[in-house]
Amino acid sequence: MTTATARISRPGRSAAKPSRDNRSRERALAWARRAPLLPALIFLIVVTQLPFVVTLIISFLNWNSLSPDRTAFAGLENYLTVLTDPDLRQAIFTTILLTVSVVLASLLIGLGLALLLDKKFIGRGLARTLLIAPFLVVPVAAALIWKHALLNPTYGLINGILTWVWSLFGSATAPQLDLLSQAPMMAVIVSLVWQWTPFMMLILLAGLQSRPMDTVEAAQMDGATPWAIFRHLTLPHLRQYLELGGLLGAIYIVQNFDAVFTLTAGGLGTANLPYAIYQTFYFANEYGLASAAGVVVVIGTIIVATFALRTVFSLFKKEAAR
Amino acid sequence: MSTLTPAAPRKSGHARSTSRASSTTGPLRRGKSRMDPTRNNTAAGLAAWLLALLFAAPVVWMILTSFHSETDAATNPPSIAANLTLDAYREFFGETSGVSPWPSMINSATASILSTVLVLVLAIPATYALSIRPVKKWTDVMFFFLSTKMMPVVAAILPLYLFARTVGALDNIWFLILMYTSMNLPIAVWMMRSFLAEVPVEMLEAAQIDGANLLLTLRKIIAPVAMPGIAATALICFIFSWNELLLARVLTGVVAGTAPVFLTGFVSGQGLFLAKVCAAAVVISLPVLFAGFAAQDKLVQGLSLGAVK
Repeated sequence: MTTATARISRPGRSAAKPSRDNRSRERALAWARRAPLLPALIFLIVVTQLPFVVTLIISFLNWNSLSPDRTAFAGLENYLTVLTDPDLRQAIFTTILLTVSVVLASLLIGLGLALLLDKKFIGRGLARTLLIAPFLVVPVAAALIWKHALLNPTYGLINGILTWVWSLFGSATAPQLDLLSQAPMMAVIVSLVWQWTPFMMLILLAGLQSRPMDTVEAAQMDGATPWAIFRHLTLPHLRQYLELGGLLGAIYIVQNFDAVFTLTAGGLGTANLPYAIYQTFYFANEYGLASAAGVVVVIGTIIVATFALRTVFSLFKKEAAR
Repeated sequence: MSTLTPAAPRKSGHARSTSRASSTTGPLRRGKSRMDPTRNNTAAGLAAWLLALLFAAPVVWMILTSFHSETDAATNPPSIAANLTLDAYREFFGETSGVSPWPSMINSATASILSTVLVLVLAIPATYALSIRPVKKWTDVMFFFLSTKMMPVVAAILPLYLFARTVGALDNIWFLILMYTSMNLPIAVWMMRSFLAEVPVEMLEAAQIDGANLLLTLRKIIAPVAMPGIAATALICFIFSWNELLLARVLTGVVAGTAPVFLTGFVSGQGLFLAKVCAAAVVISLPVLFAGFAAQDKLVQGLSLGAVK
């Protein structure tokens, strides 16, 4: 691809002194080449970049829509509030905890599943399909199912199974869990891990199947243990897939709204930044403060994204170079 | 693609089948030559099946409960063998309450389908200018597209909400369609670039030398290779739009509310509602399940933005 790209995209290089006529024709050609790209580019700039610039401006205003006459320039006041207000600080902490724990847990479980699915066994295709199912339930629906059908303390499936198992041993006093009120953060994490593990598994499985098998076979011939093969051949090969899965997952989970909104309505310290921002502007009408919190999320995302882009970039370069 | 030598077949169908074949025979060939495959794999298969059933259990339970009566659904221990009934579905479709979910589902379908069409209309030419006849600095453009996806929706939602309120576009499905288009456009560009990049350069050059015009090249060479990718991209965009909650909740109300918004307002908290909730979850997830399984072959490549084949 590179050779063709280079030749097509630099048509004027070889001509030492292009005439003015040539140059204007070249410019027209370059624009003809750009034209198909422009609608998408302009649309995206208008719909995503402009609003963010407005958010940036609002974040420096003291603006509550309930008392519009008191709107004024506030400097960095909103940012100070974001970093000092206990609720918003809690939201920052919750966002980090939620993202890190969900990404790590679903990556680890996804890795285990991918390693199992990489082997041949009866009904592998069906098992793979079953494992993808959680990812294909509408997130709001999944959160509702977790809240009411699985985690409900009186008739949820999990407590139901506990009662049933205990009754098998003749006990009427089975332990009963109440994650939603006693460990609401755990409830959100569990439901998100359940939904995101298939995503990680799919990426890691693709990684495993692209592994060069000749080295693995050579290592097997030389009597390497399965653990040694995993540790020294499989894991290094999977590294970039682990990074890719983790970082793409992080981008989505940082922004999660559905699970927090549905499972706990942000109660008991589970409000992450997206939920807190939604609350701040939609119900408290604190536009300035909500915008400042939004900018903080973007800064956080940029930090994560720098790493994400580097990973995607290395995979992308490899592919583009072919 | 690097394996394609100049001597490789130039007919459009062949290039695709060779690249496909090499990717599918890989694991098969590998399985045969593995040492002692049977003993290891029985244990792995059992473990995989156990975990697969564990992961699928909530979905199975959701489906089973949706066919139970409300009293059977709310028992502890669970009544697995209770009589099956369609009552919950009748309730969901508003038999006693009179509140029909259809308007919200039609809104969801409208928003998802039309935004997907818009995404394709914008993304296909853009992708052409990023892979087949690339502009200068096309990698920069690609990363600009990706960076907009990394900006959380909450960082732009307030100005969008204020704008919609000012121009009277709140609770208007068209505004939501534009939002979903911008949400999915970067993903679609990344996915489709990886699919279009599979079009062999040699074939494009050969077509150029033979004097084929743009339309003919698009139809005969690019479309056969890119079509499955475009279809998968459309399905994945449809899923993301269908699932979306935050924008729909903020920007729509009674008129343009989508299915996920309907679902959040569905639980009354009074009386028994578990079977009804399960029926609602099943019905609203069905389009996603169909789209997801239809795109299964290309799901990984799509969801990883084309980084993983």
